[in-house]
Amino acid sequence: MSLLRLDGIAGDRGGRRLFAGLDLVLGPGDAALVTGPNGAGKSSLLRIAAGLLTPAEGTVAAVPAGLADARLALDEEVPLGRAIGWWAGIDGRAADLEAWNLAALREVPVRLLSTGQRQRANLARVAASGRALWLLDEPANGLDTASTALLEARIADHRAGGGAVVVATHVPVALPGAVEIAL
Amino acid sequence: MIGALILRDLARAWASGGLTAPVGFFLLVAILFPFAIGPDAALLARVGPGVVWAAALLAALLPVERLVAPDLESGVVDQLAVRGIGGGTVAAAKIAAHWLGFAPSLMAAALVAGGLFGIPGGVLARLELALLLGTPGLAALGVATAALTAGLRGAGAAAGLVMLPMALPILIFGAGEGQGGLKLLAAVSLLLVVGAPVVAGAAMRIARD
Repeated sequence: MSLLRLDGIAGDRGGRRLFAGLDLVLGPGDAALVTGPNGAGKSSLLRIAAGLLTPAEGTVAAVPAGLADARLALDEEVPLGRAIGWWAGIDGRAADLEAWNLAALREVPVRLLSTGQRQRANLARVAASGRALWLLDEPANGLDTASTALLEARIADHRAGGGAVVVATHVPVALPGAVEIAL
Repeated sequence: MIGALILRDLARAWASGGLTAPVGFFLLVAILFPFAIGPDAALLARVGPGVVWAAALLAALLPVERLVAPDLESGVVDQLAVRGIGGGTVAAAKIAAHWLGFAPSLMAAALVAGGLFGIPGGVLARLELALLLGTPGLAALGVATAALTAGLRGAGAAAGLVMLPMALPILIFGAGEGQGGLKLLAAVSLLLVVGAPVVAGAAMRIARD
Protein backbone atom coordinates (compact mmCIF):
# COMPACT_ATOMS: atom_id res chain seq x y z
CA MET A 1 0.00 0.00 0.00
CA SER A 2 1.47 3.33 -0.99
CA LEU A 3 1.01 6.46 1.08
CA LEU A 4 1.92 8.81 -1.75
CA ARG A 5 1.95 8.18 -5.48
CA LEU A 6 2.85 10.86 -8.01
CA ASP A 7 2.48 9.88 -11.66
CA GLY A 8 4.15 12.09 -14.25
CA ILE A 9 3.21 15.30 -12.53
CA ALA A 10 4.22 18.75 -13.76
CA GLY A 11 4.11 21.92 -11.71
CA ASP A 12 3.52 25.47 -12.93
CA ARG A 13 4.02 28.68 -11.01
CA GLY A 14 2.79 31.94 -12.49
CA GLY A 15 2.45 30.35 -15.96
CA ARG A 16 6.04 29.02 -15.92
CA ARG A 17 6.81 25.28 -15.99
CA LEU A 18 8.92 24.39 -12.96
CA PHE A 19 9.22 20.64 -13.31
CA ALA A 20 7.62 17.92 -15.39
CA GLY A 21 7.38 14.14 -15.64
CA LEU A 22 7.95 13.56 -11.95
CA ASP A 23 7.19 10.11 -10.56
CA LEU A 24 7.35 9.09 -6.92
CA VAL A 25 5.94 6.26 -4.85
CA LEU A 26 6.33 6.22 -1.08
CA GLY A 27 5.21 3.34 1.11
CA PRO A 28 5.39 2.91 4.90
CA GLY A 29 8.88 3.69 6.19
CA ASP A 30 9.97 5.45 3.00
CA ALA A 31 11.38 8.95 2.69
CA ALA A 32 12.02 11.36 -0.14
CA LEU A 33 14.48 14.23 -0.13
CA VAL A 34 13.61 17.08 -2.47
CA THR A 35 16.52 19.35 -3.31
CA GLY A 36 17.07 22.17 -5.73
CA PRO A 37 17.90 25.87 -5.91
CA ASN A 38 15.52 28.60 -4.73
CA GLY A 39 12.45 28.81 -6.93
CA ALA A 40 12.93 25.32 -8.37
CA GLY A 41 9.44 24.29 -7.23
CA LYS A 42 10.17 22.42 -3.99
CA SER A 43 7.33 24.11 -2.12
CA SER A 44 4.97 23.74 -5.08
CA LEU A 45 5.72 20.01 -5.19
CA LEU A 46 4.83 19.66 -1.50
CA ARG A 47 1.65 21.69 -1.92
CA ILE A 48 0.67 19.43 -4.83
CA ALA A 49 1.28 16.36 -2.66
CA ALA A 50 -0.82 17.97 0.10
CA GLY A 51 -3.68 18.54 -2.33
CA LEU A 52 -3.51 22.33 -2.02
CA LEU A 53 -2.38 22.82 -5.63
CA THR A 54 -3.55 20.93 -8.70
CA PRO A 55 -0.67 19.66 -10.82
CA ALA A 56 -0.51 21.01 -14.37
CA GLU A 57 -0.17 17.41 -15.59
CA GLY A 58 -0.25 13.96 -14.06
CA THR A 59 -2.10 12.48 -11.13
CA VAL A 60 -1.63 12.48 -7.38
CA ALA A 61 -2.88 9.80 -5.00
CA ALA A 62 -2.07 10.46 -1.38
CA VAL A 63 -3.37 9.64 2.06
CA PRO A 64 -4.22 12.76 4.11
CA ALA A 65 -0.96 14.45 5.01
CA GLY A 66 0.48 16.65 7.70
CA LEU A 67 2.10 19.74 6.22
CA ALA A 68 4.73 22.03 7.73
CA ASP A 69 5.55 24.98 5.48
CA ALA A 70 6.89 28.48 5.93
CA ARG A 71 3.64 29.70 7.49
CA LEU A 72 3.16 28.82 11.11
CA ALA A 73 -0.65 29.12 11.27
CA LEU A 74 -0.56 29.52 15.07
CA ASP A 75 -2.32 32.48 16.70
CA GLU A 76 0.41 34.91 17.76
CA GLU A 77 -1.20 36.19 20.97
CA VAL A 78 -2.09 32.76 22.36
CA PRO A 79 0.24 30.68 24.59
CA LEU A 80 2.02 27.96 22.62
CA GLY A 81 0.37 25.09 24.48
CA ARG A 82 -3.12 26.34 23.67
CA ALA A 83 -2.25 27.29 20.08
CA ILE A 84 -0.94 23.80 19.28
CA GLY A 85 -3.66 22.26 21.42
CA TRP A 86 -6.31 23.92 19.26
CA TRP A 87 -4.98 22.17 16.15
CA ALA A 88 -4.54 18.90 18.05
CA GLY A 89 -8.20 19.27 19.07
CA ILE A 90 -9.22 19.65 15.41
CA ASP A 91 -7.26 16.47 14.73
CA GLY A 92 -8.87 14.80 17.74
CA ARG A 93 -5.53 14.09 19.42
CA ALA A 94 -3.21 15.45 22.11
CA ALA A 95 -0.01 17.29 21.22
CA ASP A 96 3.30 16.01 22.60
CA LEU A 97 5.35 19.14 23.32
CA GLU A 98 7.91 17.11 25.28
CA ALA A 99 9.05 15.27 22.16
CA TRP A 100 9.97 18.54 20.47
CA ASN A 101 11.66 20.09 23.50
CA LEU A 102 8.87 22.68 23.82
CA ALA A 103 7.37 21.75 27.20
CA ALA A 104 9.03 24.71 28.95
CA LEU A 105 7.45 27.12 26.45
CA ARG A 106 3.86 25.97 27.01
CA GLU A 107 2.77 29.28 28.59
CA VAL A 108 4.77 31.57 26.28
CA PRO A 109 2.76 33.49 23.64
CA VAL A 110 3.64 32.39 20.11
CA ARG A 111 4.78 35.88 19.07
CA LEU A 112 7.64 35.75 21.63
CA LEU A 113 9.12 32.51 20.27
CA SER A 114 12.43 32.50 18.39
CA THR A 115 12.72 31.32 14.77
CA GLY A 116 13.94 27.88 15.82
CA GLN A 117 11.25 27.50 18.48
CA ARG A 118 8.56 28.44 15.97
CA GLN A 119 9.93 25.86 13.57
CA ARG A 120 9.80 23.17 16.26
CA ALA A 121 6.23 24.20 17.09
CA ASN A 122 5.35 23.84 13.41
CA LEU A 123 6.85 20.34 13.35
CA ALA A 124 5.17 19.41 16.63
CA ARG A 125 1.81 20.18 15.05
CA VAL A 126 2.54 17.86 12.11
CA ALA A 127 3.54 15.12 14.54
CA ALA A 128 0.40 15.75 16.61
CA SER A 129 -1.81 15.39 13.51
CA GLY A 130 -1.16 11.65 13.62
CA ARG A 131 -1.02 11.54 9.83
CA ALA A 132 1.04 8.78 8.21
CA LEU A 133 2.46 11.10 5.56
CA TRP A 134 4.55 14.10 6.62
CA LEU A 135 5.32 16.86 4.12
CA LEU A 136 8.06 19.07 5.53
CA ASP A 137 9.08 22.23 3.67
CA GLU A 138 12.51 23.42 4.82
CA PRO A 139 12.07 21.82 8.27
CA ALA A 140 15.67 22.53 9.32
CA ASN A 141 15.44 26.28 8.66
CA GLY A 142 16.38 28.16 11.81
CA LEU A 143 17.11 25.01 13.80
CA ASP A 144 20.35 24.69 15.78
CA THR A 145 22.47 21.52 15.62
CA ALA A 146 20.73 19.88 18.57
CA SER A 147 17.27 20.63 17.18
CA THR A 148 18.24 19.32 13.74
CA ALA A 149 19.32 16.08 15.41
CA LEU A 150 15.96 16.05 17.23
CA LEU A 151 14.16 16.50 13.90
CA GLU A 152 16.15 13.64 12.34
CA ALA A 153 15.36 11.41 15.33
CA ARG A 154 11.61 12.20 15.16
CA ILE A 155 11.56 11.49 11.41
CA ALA A 156 13.35 8.18 12.02
CA ASP A 157 10.77 7.29 14.74
CA HIS A 158 7.93 8.19 12.39
CA ARG A 159 9.34 6.01 9.61
CA ALA A 160 9.98 3.15 12.01
CA GLY A 161 6.30 3.42 13.00
CA GLY A 162 5.18 2.89 9.39
CA GLY A 163 5.03 6.53 8.32
CA ALA A 164 6.48 8.21 5.27
CA VAL A 165 8.04 11.62 4.89
CA VAL A 166 8.89 14.07 2.10
CA VAL A 167 11.49 16.64 3.08
CA ALA A 168 12.27 19.63 0.87
CA THR A 169 15.44 21.30 2.07
CA HIS A 170 18.58 23.13 1.06
CA VAL A 171 20.18 22.43 4.44
CA PRO A 172 21.59 18.90 4.93
CA VAL A 173 19.09 16.69 6.79
CA ALA A 174 20.06 13.07 7.40
CA LEU A 175 17.44 10.78 5.83
CA PRO A 176 18.94 7.29 5.55
CA GLY A 177 17.75 5.43 2.47
CA ALA A 178 15.74 8.36 1.10
CA VAL A 179 14.85 8.72 -2.57
CA GLU A 180 16.46 11.90 -3.83
CA ILE A 181 14.50 14.21 -6.12
CA ALA A 182 16.67 16.98 -7.56
CA LEU A 183 14.52 19.67 -9.15
CA MET B 1 -15.03 21.03 14.85
CA ILE B 2 -17.12 23.91 13.50
CA GLY B 3 -17.67 24.94 17.12
CA ALA B 4 -13.89 25.12 17.61
CA LEU B 5 -13.62 27.37 14.54
CA ILE B 6 -16.37 29.69 15.81
CA LEU B 7 -14.91 29.89 19.31
CA ARG B 8 -11.45 30.65 17.93
CA ASP B 9 -12.80 33.49 15.77
CA LEU B 10 -14.75 34.92 18.69
CA ALA B 11 -11.70 34.74 20.97
CA ARG B 12 -9.59 36.49 18.36
CA ALA B 13 -12.22 39.18 17.85
CA TRP B 14 -12.43 39.73 21.61
CA ALA B 15 -8.63 39.92 21.97
CA SER B 16 -8.34 42.52 19.20
CA GLY B 17 -11.18 44.65 20.55
CA GLY B 18 -13.30 43.62 17.58
CA LEU B 19 -16.36 42.93 19.74
CA THR B 20 -16.59 46.34 21.38
CA ALA B 21 -15.52 48.57 18.49
CA PRO B 22 -18.60 48.01 16.24
CA VAL B 23 -21.00 48.74 19.12
CA GLY B 24 -19.10 51.86 20.12
CA PHE B 25 -19.04 52.97 16.50
CA PHE B 26 -22.78 52.28 16.14
CA LEU B 27 -23.65 54.26 19.26
CA LEU B 28 -21.41 57.15 18.20
CA VAL B 29 -23.13 57.41 14.81
CA ALA B 30 -26.52 57.26 16.52
CA ILE B 31 -25.49 60.01 18.95
CA LEU B 32 -24.02 62.25 16.23
CA PHE B 33 -27.12 62.16 14.03
CA PRO B 34 -29.47 64.13 16.30
CA PHE B 35 -26.81 66.83 16.55
CA ALA B 36 -26.62 67.07 12.78
CA ILE B 37 -30.38 66.99 12.19
CA GLY B 38 -31.47 69.25 15.00
CA PRO B 39 -33.93 68.92 17.89
CA ASP B 40 -37.09 68.21 15.87
CA ALA B 41 -38.55 65.25 17.82
CA ALA B 42 -41.03 64.20 15.13
CA LEU B 43 -38.36 64.23 12.42
CA LEU B 44 -35.88 62.30 14.60
CA ALA B 45 -38.46 59.63 15.39
CA ARG B 46 -39.17 59.28 11.67
CA VAL B 47 -35.54 58.99 10.47
CA GLY B 48 -34.46 56.98 13.53
CA PRO B 49 -34.97 53.44 12.13
CA GLY B 50 -33.15 54.35 8.90
CA VAL B 51 -30.21 55.77 10.84
CA VAL B 52 -30.07 52.65 13.00
CA TRP B 53 -29.90 50.53 9.85
CA ALA B 54 -27.17 52.61 8.21
CA ALA B 55 -25.17 52.49 11.44
CA ALA B 56 -25.68 48.71 11.70
CA LEU B 57 -24.44 48.29 8.15
CA LEU B 58 -21.28 50.28 8.85
CA ALA B 59 -20.72 48.42 12.12
CA ALA B 60 -20.89 45.10 10.25
CA LEU B 61 -18.40 46.45 7.71
CA LEU B 62 -15.94 47.72 10.33
CA PRO B 63 -14.10 44.42 11.10
CA VAL B 64 -14.13 43.10 7.52
CA GLU B 65 -10.36 43.44 7.02
CA ARG B 66 -9.51 41.07 9.84
CA LEU B 67 -12.20 38.44 9.14
CA VAL B 68 -10.44 36.38 6.46
CA ALA B 69 -7.15 37.97 5.32
CA PRO B 70 -5.10 37.19 8.48
CA ASP B 71 -6.05 33.50 8.31
CA LEU B 72 -5.10 33.31 4.64
CA GLU B 73 -1.76 34.99 5.31
CA SER B 74 -0.83 32.95 8.37
CA GLY B 75 -1.61 29.66 6.62
CA VAL B 76 -4.57 28.72 8.84
CA VAL B 77 -6.84 28.25 5.81
CA ASP B 78 -4.22 25.98 4.19
CA GLN B 79 -3.81 23.90 7.34
CA LEU B 80 -7.59 23.48 7.56
CA ALA B 81 -7.75 22.51 3.88
CA VAL B 82 -5.08 19.84 4.46
CA ARG B 83 -7.38 18.48 7.16
CA GLY B 84 -10.24 18.27 4.69
CA ILE B 85 -12.05 21.33 6.05
CA GLY B 86 -12.91 23.32 2.94
CA GLY B 87 -13.37 27.03 2.41
CA GLY B 88 -17.16 26.77 2.54
CA THR B 89 -17.14 25.30 6.04
CA VAL B 90 -14.57 27.83 7.20
CA ALA B 91 -16.68 30.66 5.76
CA ALA B 92 -19.86 29.33 7.42
CA ALA B 93 -18.06 29.27 10.78
CA LYS B 94 -16.76 32.79 10.19
CA ILE B 95 -20.27 34.04 9.39
CA ALA B 96 -21.60 32.54 12.61
CA ALA B 97 -18.74 34.04 14.62
CA HIS B 98 -19.07 37.45 12.94
CA TRP B 99 -22.81 37.48 13.62
CA LEU B 100 -22.36 36.47 17.25
CA GLY B 101 -19.67 39.12 17.53
CA PHE B 102 -21.68 42.12 16.45
CA ALA B 103 -25.42 41.39 16.19
CA PRO B 104 -26.59 40.70 19.78
CA SER B 105 -24.68 43.67 21.21
CA LEU B 106 -25.89 45.83 18.32
CA MET B 107 -29.49 44.89 19.02
CA ALA B 108 -29.00 45.93 22.63
CA ALA B 109 -27.41 49.19 21.51
CA ALA B 110 -30.35 49.78 19.15
CA LEU B 111 -32.56 50.07 22.26
CA VAL B 112 -30.36 52.94 23.43
CA ALA B 113 -30.44 54.51 19.97
CA GLY B 114 -34.23 54.12 19.99
CA GLY B 115 -34.34 56.18 23.16
CA LEU B 116 -32.05 58.85 21.71
CA PHE B 117 -34.26 59.24 18.64
CA GLY B 118 -37.54 58.90 20.56
CA ILE B 119 -38.66 56.01 18.34
CA PRO B 120 -42.14 54.82 19.48
CA GLY B 121 -42.39 51.39 21.12
CA GLY B 122 -44.17 49.58 18.30
CA VAL B 123 -41.74 50.86 15.67
CA LEU B 124 -38.81 49.95 17.90
CA ALA B 125 -40.14 46.39 18.32
CA ARG B 126 -40.38 46.03 14.55
CA LEU B 127 -36.88 47.46 14.19
CA GLU B 128 -35.45 44.91 16.64
CA LEU B 129 -37.19 42.06 14.79
CA ALA B 130 -35.87 43.40 11.49
CA LEU B 131 -32.34 43.57 12.94
CA LEU B 132 -32.66 39.97 14.14
CA LEU B 133 -33.67 38.88 10.62
CA GLY B 134 -31.32 41.13 8.67
CA THR B 135 -28.04 40.97 10.59
CA PRO B 136 -27.26 37.34 9.56
CA GLY B 137 -27.39 38.55 5.96
CA LEU B 138 -25.07 41.43 6.81
CA ALA B 139 -22.65 39.03 8.53
CA ALA B 140 -22.69 36.72 5.49
CA LEU B 141 -22.10 39.65 3.17
CA GLY B 142 -19.23 40.83 5.38
CA VAL B 143 -17.46 37.46 5.27
CA ALA B 144 -17.96 37.07 1.50
CA THR B 145 -16.58 40.57 0.97
CA ALA B 146 -13.67 39.86 3.29
CA ALA B 147 -12.77 36.75 1.30
CA LEU B 148 -13.11 38.53 -2.04
CA THR B 149 -10.94 41.49 -1.04
CA ALA B 150 -8.37 39.54 1.04
CA GLY B 151 -4.83 40.34 -0.04
CA LEU B 152 -5.76 43.52 -1.93
CA ARG B 153 -4.01 46.72 -1.06
CA GLY B 154 -6.50 49.10 0.52
CA ALA B 155 -8.82 46.16 1.15
CA GLY B 156 -10.94 48.20 3.55
CA ALA B 157 -12.03 50.75 0.98
CA ALA B 158 -12.57 48.08 -1.68
CA ALA B 159 -14.64 46.08 0.81
CA GLY B 160 -16.93 49.06 1.34
CA LEU B 161 -17.42 49.51 -2.39
CA VAL B 162 -18.19 45.80 -2.85
CA MET B 163 -20.40 45.33 0.17
CA LEU B 164 -22.54 48.44 0.47
CA PRO B 165 -24.40 48.12 -2.87
CA MET B 166 -25.06 44.43 -2.14
CA ALA B 167 -26.58 45.41 1.21
CA LEU B 168 -29.21 47.63 -0.43
CA PRO B 169 -32.04 45.05 -0.31
CA ILE B 170 -31.44 44.52 3.41
CA LEU B 171 -31.57 48.27 4.00
CA ILE B 172 -34.73 48.73 1.93
CA PHE B 173 -36.71 45.88 3.48
CA GLY B 174 -35.21 46.39 6.94
CA ALA B 175 -36.04 50.07 7.23
CA GLY B 176 -39.43 49.68 5.51
CA GLU B 177 -42.78 49.21 7.19
CA GLY B 178 -45.24 46.36 7.57
CA GLN B 179 -45.09 42.56 7.60
CA GLY B 180 -44.38 42.10 3.88
CA GLY B 181 -41.08 43.93 4.20
CA LEU B 182 -40.02 41.64 7.04
CA LYS B 183 -40.75 38.53 4.98
CA LEU B 184 -38.72 39.86 2.06
CA LEU B 185 -35.96 40.85 4.48
CA ALA B 186 -35.88 37.30 5.83
CA ALA B 187 -35.76 35.94 2.26
CA VAL B 188 -32.86 38.21 1.26
CA SER B 189 -31.00 37.41 4.46
CA LEU B 190 -31.48 33.66 3.94
CA LEU B 191 -30.25 33.91 0.36
CA LEU B 192 -27.10 35.72 1.51
CA VAL B 193 -26.45 33.25 4.35
CA VAL B 194 -26.74 30.32 1.94
CA GLY B 195 -24.83 31.92 -0.92
CA ALA B 196 -22.00 33.64 0.94
CA PRO B 197 -20.15 30.47 2.10
CA VAL B 198 -20.02 29.26 -1.51
CA VAL B 199 -18.65 32.59 -2.76
CA ALA B 200 -16.22 32.98 0.14
CA GLY B 201 -15.06 29.37 -0.17
CA ALA B 202 -14.33 29.80 -3.88
CA ALA B 203 -12.49 33.08 -3.21
CA MET B 204 -10.31 31.39 -0.59
CA ARG B 205 -9.58 28.50 -2.97
CA ILE B 206 -8.47 30.95 -5.67
CA ALA B 207 -6.35 32.88 -3.16
CA ARG B 208 -4.52 29.62 -2.39
CA ASP B 209 -3.06 29.19 -5.91
